[in-house]
Amino acid sequence: MLQILHDINVDWLGRRRLFILISVVLMLAGLGSAVFRQWTGRQAFNMGVDFKGGTVVTARFKQMPADETIRAALAGKGIHDAVVQPVTDRNDTVLIKVPLEEGKDGRSQVRDALNTFGAEAAPNSELEADQSAAYKIIGTDAVGAIAGVQLRNKAIAVTLAALVGILMYIAFRFEWTYGAAAVIAVFHDVLVTLGFFSLLQIEISLNVIAALLTLVGFSVNDTIVVFDRVRENRKLHRRDSLYKITNDAINQTLSRTVITNGLVFLSVLALVLFGGDVLRGFSLALFIGVIFGTYSSIAIASPIMVWWEQRIEASNKQAALSFSQPVRGGVRTPAKTAGREAMAPRTGKRSTGAGRA
Amino acid sequence: MKKQHLLHRTIIIVLVTLVGLYLVIGPRRWPTLKDFTWSGIKATMASNIHLGLDLQGGSHLVMRVKTEEYLKRVTEEAYVSAQNSAKDAGHEIKDGKAEIGNNNFRVILTPADPSKITQIKEAIDQKVELADSTVWSYSSSGGQMVWTMTGTAQRVLADEATNQAMTIIDRRINALGVVEPTLQSHGAQSAHQILLQMPGVSDPERVKEILKGQSRLELVHVIGPGSPAPPTTYPTREAAIESLGGTIPANRKVLPYKENKDKGDDPTKDQNQEGVTQYVIVEAPAVITGDQLSRATAGQSQGGGVKDWEINFTLKRSGAEKFGAWTTANVNNYMGVVLNDEVSSIAFIKSPIYESGQITGDFTQTRAEDLALTLRSGALPAPIEYLEERTVGPSLGADSIRAGVRASLYGLAFVVVFMLIYYRGSGVNAVVALILNMILMLAGLIVFGATLTLPGIAGMILTIGMAVDSNVLIFERIREEIKSGKTIPSAVEQGFSRAFITIIDTHVTTIVSSLFLFVFGTGPIRGFAVTLVIGLLVNLFSAVYVSKTIFIWLLSRKERVESLSI
Repeated sequence: MLQILHDINVDWLGRRRLFILISVVLMLAGLGSAVFRQWTGRQAFNMGVDFKGGTVVTARFKQMPADETIRAALAGKGIHDAVVQPVTDRNDTVLIKVPLEEGKDGRSQVRDALNTFGAEAAPNSELEADQSAAYKIIGTDAVGAIAGVQLRNKAIAVTLAALVGILMYIAFRFEWTYGAAAVIAVFHDVLVTLGFFSLLQIEISLNVIAALLTLVGFSVNDTIVVFDRVRENRKLHRRDSLYKITNDAINQTLSRTVITNGLVFLSVLALVLFGGDVLRGFSLALFIGVIFGTYSSIAIASPIMVWWEQRIEASNKQAALSFSQPVRGGVRTPAKTAGREAMAPRTGKRSTGAGRA
Repeated sequence: MKKQHLLHRTIIIVLVTLVGLYLVIGPRRWPTLKDFTWSGIKATMASNIHLGLDLQGGSHLVMRVKTEEYLKRVTEEAYVSAQNSAKDAGHEIKDGKAEIGNNNFRVILTPADPSKITQIKEAIDQKVELADSTVWSYSSSGGQMVWTMTGTAQRVLADEATNQAMTIIDRRINALGVVEPTLQSHGAQSAHQILLQMPGVSDPERVKEILKGQSRLELVHVIGPGSPAPPTTYPTREAAIESLGGTIPANRKVLPYKENKDKGDDPTKDQNQEGVTQYVIVEAPAVITGDQLSRATAGQSQGGGVKDWEINFTLKRSGAEKFGAWTTANVNNYMGVVLNDEVSSIAFIKSPIYESGQITGDFTQTRAEDLALTLRSGALPAPIEYLEERTVGPSLGADSIRAGVRASLYGLAFVVVFMLIYYRGSGVNAVVALILNMILMLAGLIVFGATLTLPGIAGMILTIGMAVDSNVLIFERIREEIKSGKTIPSAVEQGFSRAFITIIDTHVTTIVSSLFLFVFGTGPIRGFAVTLVIGLLVNLFSAVYVSKTIFIWLLSRKERVESLSI
């Protein structure tokens, strides 16, 4: 039997400080990049036309001119802030991005400029079929200011709504602490991924938002697989501490985690390599997201869940103690107890919380 | 595990697979031999699966009806007729205006004699729309009469304008002969947005122009001495207002007029750039408006040049009567043809005209035909603006399909190879489930009439990942159970039942987030959510039910199973 990662026994929760440090550093790097860019007058994120407004024209040439020549032609028609970007999988096609200009149609502006290279193919004929044509505009995305704001607000609303939906489902199936831990982990993934987008200045389009939501789904999946195992183990090994149970659950599901995410990672890699330019942002977001989604369910969601549960347990115990023996009530404050000692591996019977006997 | 179960399960699986296969690659007619060739299958698939605009090519336009312009016009018209009816009743109005502010539309009149307010109100109530108290709430104070448009009326009128605009746009698209367009309202109702999708139209410039054409036609009386004096024009708007005594009275309008000079034969030049813009004073309201048209066609005028095209129109009966009466009374006066608040031609009235006329103005054939088309379809109640435009040419769409299919196949190949190496015998089981998943996912798309978009293809690739996750979860669990000393059949049974809980939870959470994408997302993103949800639902069948059946079959072949290739 071929098997990777058998009989693993790693104390994942014991390394929580390191994990949280890594995550904080990554998030700060992303945030720092965004803030620094914004502060120095550059863009925090490379927003695509979907959110910023503007026009992207995809033009295909018979004889592809150099980028500078195209830029010069555009400047000749008064378009100075255009971005000319050749597509990566073909050498005859170029993307021309024109900023939003009130009362002007980006497509016809670009057409005006490109007409200096020769005529455009007729609307109904392909470039190859038209003998006299030099180029053809094969695609446009034009988004006005109103639509841009609308799409952005919608994207934020959808992401938040999806997170709330997931929180509620997990709270319904498990406990609300599990749900909260899963959602925090997923939120972390989204932030880290966005941080990378700011650092690397990858363009954020509508498709990237779809990728972020997919990543939310995937990351929660990993977390649920671990939590499901925790739930099962708690029934089987009632004497073990939650700390040990969670560590065991992570170790038991680790081979599944590695295999599944490895395969998803390969599928996404296929998308990055072969999916074409239109899907590039989407694939890159998932590429980064899959890595951190896997990491966060082990390194973020589980420690938070254990910490939270133990905190509740401690305060319940305290409450119970102070109720039965009020004399000892003032010795330790519950919060400090939870904060300092909660995560230490302990054995001993775990008293279940009030709501879940 | 009983043999009978196995039989039931097998029958269900075979039936579902056959139906799925038929849906995907079966032609919707009696098959010919060609349908069994590779290219035949590809063609059938392409016609069975509804491809999104980003894959088949086409335009996606989002436009907004500027309803505030409509409300403004309603207010201005109400103001003009209020003032006119007050005057007709013999009351003098000292001052007045149509006040248009932020969500605030008001008509204000200040009578010369404040004591006459009640009589003026009565006179106005008898004649004009201002009498409708559901639309206008009336108040008077300090010698002023104020009509304010109610919030409800603003909403109702704006919605009406949007619906009417949609009807007119629909008529224009049909007149243009666009194939299979979809026209629907977009976003919240209060946004007054319209989404138009036109498959196959990858250069929508002409369509956009035609749809945008407001085509508000008016025939007006141009103020000034009649023929033989030339029509009275002014070099600037200010000069025109000056001649009116500094302010424009309610029954007058100053409109730009571009005289047609230098009829060149160069069609590339913009028609509107020739000639000097002058201003004329016209009477308000118009004698005839566009809704009185019964016919409008483009025709070539006598010049015979490229730009010698004109639009001939015919009026409806009621309009013709009114027009005839007015022209009879105004022989030798000047009449202006006004298109979208711009005078396109001025002519003097030689003799009474009853039903037909021409609009001239240096039109090329295309422009004249487009204009005639928009005039026939009716005037837009308010201007529209384009918020979003996405076009994909067929070649770009084909590139995307190729890239998507290639990425899917590579992704699938990675997964298949890995599963076969890692799980050996059981890997075959997973691969069978995976391929069935792909077929049924496409079948699901067809059954639900969903559209396959480029992000949808990405969704399929991700579904491969999710689908194989279910198998991995189950197989890993079976391995664990075997290791803990269970017999093979009970390990398989336990593996499935334990993993099933997890599979349900992971599937439901992903479906929850996809549903949000579907409900709030637009266009391509929606396509992504649809494929993902269908893929996940199908997966419960293929990865759990089908996989388990295969295991049952394997185990049923021997009395005692000692080992399992997993």
